[in-house]
Amino acid sequence: MYEKTLTQLAAALKSGEFSSRELTAHYLQRIEKADGQLNSFISVTAEQALQQAEIADKARAAGNAGRLAGIPLALKDIFCTQGVKTSCGSKMLDNFIAPYSATVVEKLNAAGTISLGKTNMDEFAMGSSNENSYYGPVKNPWDLTAVPGGSSGGSAAAVAAGLVPAAMGTDTGGSIRQPAAFCGITGLKPTYGRVSRFGIIAYASSLDQAGPMARSAEDCAHLLGVIAGHDGRDSTSVARGVPDYVEGLNAPLSGLKIGLPKEYFGDGLDPEVEKAVREAVKVYESLGATVREVSLPHTHYAIPAYYVIAPAEASSNLSRYDGVRFGYRCDNPSDLIDLYTRSRAEGFGEEVKRRILIGTHTLSEGFFDAYYTKAQQVRRLIRQDFLDAFEDVDVLMGPASPTPAFDLGAKKDPVSMYLQDIYTIAVNLAGIPGISVPAGFAGGRPVGLQILGTHFAEAQLLNVAHQFQQATDWHLQRPAFAEEYA
Amino acid sequence: MALEESHVRRAAHLARLAVSDDQASGFVDDLSRILDMVDQLQSLDTEGVTPLAHPLDATQRLRADEVTETNQRDTFQRCAPAVENGLYLVPRVVE
Amino acid sequence: MQWETVIGLEVHVQLATRSKIFSGASTAFGAEPNTQACAVDLGLPGVLPVLNEQAVAMAVQFGLAVHADIAEVSVFDRKNYFYPDLPKGYQTSQMYHPIVGPGEVEITLEDASTKRIRIHHAHLEEDAGKSLHEDFHGMTGIDLNRAGTPLLEIVSEPDMRSAKEAAAYLKAIHSIVTYLGISDGNMAEGSMRCDVNVSVRPKGQEAFGTRAEIKNVNSFRFVERAIAFEVERQIELIEDGGSVVQETRLFDPDRDETRSMRTKEEANDYRYFPCPDLLPVVLDQAYLDHLRGQLPELPADKRERFQNELGLSAYDANVISASRDMAEFFEAVHSECGDAKQAANWVQGELSGALNRESLSIANSPISARQLGELISRVLDDTINGKAAKEVFQALWNGQGESADEVIDAKGLKQVTDTGAIEAMIDQVIADSPAQVAQYRDSEPEKRGKMIGYFVGQVMKASRGTANPQQVNGLLKEKLDALL
Repeated sequence: MYEKTLTQLAAALKSGEFSSRELTAHYLQRIEKADGQLNSFISVTAEQALQQAEIADKARAAGNAGRLAGIPLALKDIFCTQGVKTSCGSKMLDNFIAPYSATVVEKLNAAGTISLGKTNMDEFAMGSSNENSYYGPVKNPWDLTAVPGGSSGGSAAAVAAGLVPAAMGTDTGGSIRQPAAFCGITGLKPTYGRVSRFGIIAYASSLDQAGPMARSAEDCAHLLGVIAGHDGRDSTSVARGVPDYVEGLNAPLSGLKIGLPKEYFGDGLDPEVEKAVREAVKVYESLGATVREVSLPHTHYAIPAYYVIAPAEASSNLSRYDGVRFGYRCDNPSDLIDLYTRSRAEGFGEEVKRRILIGTHTLSEGFFDAYYTKAQQVRRLIRQDFLDAFEDVDVLMGPASPTPAFDLGAKKDPVSMYLQDIYTIAVNLAGIPGISVPAGFAGGRPVGLQILGTHFAEAQLLNVAHQFQQATDWHLQRPAFAEEYA
Repeated sequence: MALEESHVRRAAHLARLAVSDDQASGFVDDLSRILDMVDQLQSLDTEGVTPLAHPLDATQRLRADEVTETNQRDTFQRCAPAVENGLYLVPRVVE
Repeated sequence: MQWETVIGLEVHVQLATRSKIFSGASTAFGAEPNTQACAVDLGLPGVLPVLNEQAVAMAVQFGLAVHADIAEVSVFDRKNYFYPDLPKGYQTSQMYHPIVGPGEVEITLEDASTKRIRIHHAHLEEDAGKSLHEDFHGMTGIDLNRAGTPLLEIVSEPDMRSAKEAAAYLKAIHSIVTYLGISDGNMAEGSMRCDVNVSVRPKGQEAFGTRAEIKNVNSFRFVERAIAFEVERQIELIEDGGSVVQETRLFDPDRDETRSMRTKEEANDYRYFPCPDLLPVVLDQAYLDHLRGQLPELPADKRERFQNELGLSAYDANVISASRDMAEFFEAVHSECGDAKQAANWVQGELSGALNRESLSIANSPISARQLGELISRVLDDTINGKAAKEVFQALWNGQGESADEVIDAKGLKQVTDTGAIEAMIDQVIADSPAQVAQYRDSEPEKRGKMIGYFVGQVMKASRGTANPQQVNGLLKEKLDALL
């Protein structure tokens, strides 16, 4: 069963090939067998999942099942799930049972999908390797000595290992696309505002966006159709109709204008990654697309701008973790300041503290204009780069990451870790959608092709990605790890 | 803009993070490298560019003035570290 | 040396919305602790704010009422600091682009002179919760019901020059917000709270002195007392060779003094930045026109109309227009009786006195405007005299009768104006009072005026108060003088 894509599973459930309960039990069994090595889940909600599956089976028997009813999924542990621990990868929230569900979770429940559990992640979504989790690092199923990427590393690893057909992630600077690339799966970051952020624990509110991680673009199209749409509980969610993302998948690509940003093929790009990406572009040419080089001149300012804006927002967003109303509280606080400073020092990990300190410093008196205002100005220039490029081309293509998955423990210096996100981070600053699709291997580890479109061009991105997956089979390849636990 | 330990100490105080002396010097090193990277921004001329706070040029929608929430104190306080008589407890605050 | 006082006020007004500024929790006062604090108010993980349209409308109405510029685009910022009653670790406020820009308010002083006080701006923000310091085993208890209640912070220019002006300004703001119905203005429940900035400078000097901010001065009276104390303190300090320190002080009404809030002044750094969870609030002209069209007549306009069209004195017009309820009650009484001066006298005199004695607001007056108007009409058409009118008022107040006429009939208070009847009573009194008549006759002519009071009293008594006093007076004089 696990070999199938979500789309195939939906068809099998519909035809009665197996029940949702059987399917759910199958994946739960795989998780139980394999996840001791991968560490991709923080919580597995087996009992609830089986109950949900039975409800889905009954609904199907009664003829009330929706397109995705009975499909098992996993949720990054950043999505609040009513009655289930929602830790955000942090000791701070190790005891937090969410009293409500995120809008994304409600929508998935309403569609009849089943949650197998909550996946591991970098603490508060801060990281590019999943080594910053309170619950320990996640391993890459393609190579257990490699990282799965981050921050949605648990979701990516679980899907790649066939522990779940698809999972939800969030992406603030590349946290869906980079782990999707590292684990050889398909991951979509929608346009900012396309998916409600309500109930998603905030890292950087003007950048965060949830999206699907699955085996194929078609799977992502099904899932995006469920989770997208306006939500009255999120002021930044956009009131705009949701198209049928599946319907347009098969549109031909003849005449498609592809731009290759020259800044995405410069120094630091692994030659094997570059080769895989250029091969993929050739596939598109064979499908009738035209290719030209474009420039995104402010690309190199994206990481510096991001490391002002994201930590600034995070420093404020994470002030609510104060040991008063929920979450971790230190033992025997002597006074209020001790309660605050020790609860926070003991509850947060190193990377979270670094970003809180950076954000607090750059917002503070005397530094605000030089850092924050400046970064916001640069943010406008970066967005303009993309808008200008989309005047000339339909989509942009390049690598999702300059290298394939690196070894666990390889990047000790925070800045070298940050530089990993060079191709993904500007996309969040501009708010545009991006998708990473498997496009080969470098040194035996997967390579992701990143495709970017203008605001609300998700249907086009999914179409472009799907056509590639019709012409290639990179997305169908499985790590040996997945087979060993079949 | 060079970062000094006093900056880290001040940020830690504002952010209510306990930082030991050992940790402070580690943070000075890490944050200095991050800020060195960030300082590349200073080389870019942004004169006259309007800062961008949100990626979309959208405006705030307004909610009707209706009471939609009911009392869920017991549920919310189940995850609280210390409560009594419905109040959250903290060490005595001196005014 | 002659000193001049310079005062600016920051007034926090709780807006009378049903739900909170960013959540659907109730704003009702007095609920059990934390029963009106929803996930958004508590700052639980993952929740988001959505702006209440009524809070925006109320802020705009205030802006229009003080002739302010309304910002086409206003932006919410986060003010970051830790405090247990501030659940998110930041207060959502408006630092750089407030919704209401510069405006002005006219204040009326006790001598009925007026002065314009400029408003620097007014911005929307969320209220914090409350810390309760009673004994919880040496702990502090936090109640977050109030957290998220919409506040309009109204910041004046430093235009006031005395404690009286400051109090008059606060009253003017109170009267505007209650007229607009955007706040209940209840200072005892904290619906309106005030921070006062005070400094002194030598008379004639242009530069401002160093100011002290007095926090949470929560009554009109306390504002005057706090300023009076603070001004004296600052002048004494400077005259003794010291200097004023810029600091936050607290007014202690029990000791009638202000004192420094912190010995070690902790430098705050609020790190304001635009709230990424909220988008810019954009208001168009049609929206402003719509709200402008709905504004009620405001106190300043009412005051002017009462003076110019109804002929009230500046003092009466000011007192009556200060409260919308009183002004509307007065107008209803006036339309019933047709005499503005009498209506004003009764509303400010008998009615206000009775309300004060029983601590009732005019909205809860046991006697209605129609009843009072009718009562005044009966005085004006000589059906009853002034003394009887007070009796009728008391009866209506106590609920003894539906209308003035009913009470007059029931109690037989109708005024006797029949000359014959009055003369008969006078003749009887004269006949019964030979000693007083003799005394009257033997008095110096200039002392007789005083002595006539005795006879008037006797006649009124004989009529059980219903005789027309003017008639009694005139007839008595005639008859007594005839005996001379």
